[in-house]
Amino acid sequence: MPTIPRSTVRDALSISLTVGVYGVAFGAASVAAGFSVLQSCLFSLLTFTGASQFAAVGVVGSGGAAVNAIAAAAMLATRNALYGIQMAPLLQVKGARRVLAAQITIDESTGVALSQAPRGSDAMRAGFWLTGTGVFLFWNIFTLLGALGAKALGNPASWGLDAAVPAAFLGLLWPRLETKFLRLVAGASMVFALLVTPLLPAGLPIIATVAVAVAVGWRPR
Amino acid sequence: MSPSMMWTVLIGTSSLSFTIKMLGHSVPERWFAHPRLQRINALIPISLLSALVVAQALVVKTHVVIDHRLAGVLAALCALFAKAPFPVVVVAAAVTSALVYHLH
Repeated sequence: MPTIPRSTVRDALSISLTVGVYGVAFGAASVAAGFSVLQSCLFSLLTFTGASQFAAVGVVGSGGAAVNAIAAAAMLATRNALYGIQMAPLLQVKGARRVLAAQITIDESTGVALSQAPRGSDAMRAGFWLTGTGVFLFWNIFTLLGALGAKALGNPASWGLDAAVPAAFLGLLWPRLETKFLRLVAGASMVFALLVTPLLPAGLPIIATVAVAVAVGWRPR
Repeated sequence: MSPSMMWTVLIGTSSLSFTIKMLGHSVPERWFAHPRLQRINALIPISLLSALVVAQALVVKTHVVIDHRLAGVLAALCALFAKAPFPVVVVAAAVTSALVYHLH
């Protein structure tokens, strides 16, 4: 077992805890959308990819059909496949370990692994496993706390939970808006979603905005 | 939504998410190498998250509605401009929205 640089452990742990705490927001959002505490916890254990989980409960919360909720979550999860493509040659794992590696292939584990590149591939692998398992642990603990908390509070509107959910989405969106072009895409998507809201069944406008991504991304800029 | 539909969403989302992750660890890189696919894939989270913000803040069923939630999201926006950390953003939205809800 090669020694793991201390700074890699520190990076992995600080990211795990910071991101894991967001699990409170997910647990609360999930219960506010009508899922049970058990279902909320199963989401975090089995789906384990934050934005997709928020999207699934968000579509359900806005009255959308099951198929729309699943489609929105799946489209947000496609980036994990791209992360897996980058991580597989680094990790070189088979069988059960590959299944575990796949489940913890998310933004944070991939991000920390890639950021450890200057410290060598052992540090990259350690960064991936430590961050992936760390986020998994904290995300699930805090999901349970958030779900139990929301259940105890009752009426979501009375405690502002119904505004906390879109605020959480805004918080997930914000760091992605790095360029003026991306801010324009976000603005166009918001306008598009509002325009089609009266025309489409509940929940469908969310999926329909993928059309904006397809239209804008079709040709190189 | 009925309880069985809630389970459908949970099981469908979980199994698809895992399949997508496993696919990344199993398929040749060139499958996802098409530049158009990569451009669109990079934009999908922006479009979907943007739509989720407005759907949750301004929509009830199929109607655009302005209520206490918008006040909360505007508070979140201010917190983000002030570079507040994520938990502060969410709490600011919840507190503002709850205040407006109770004042009405």
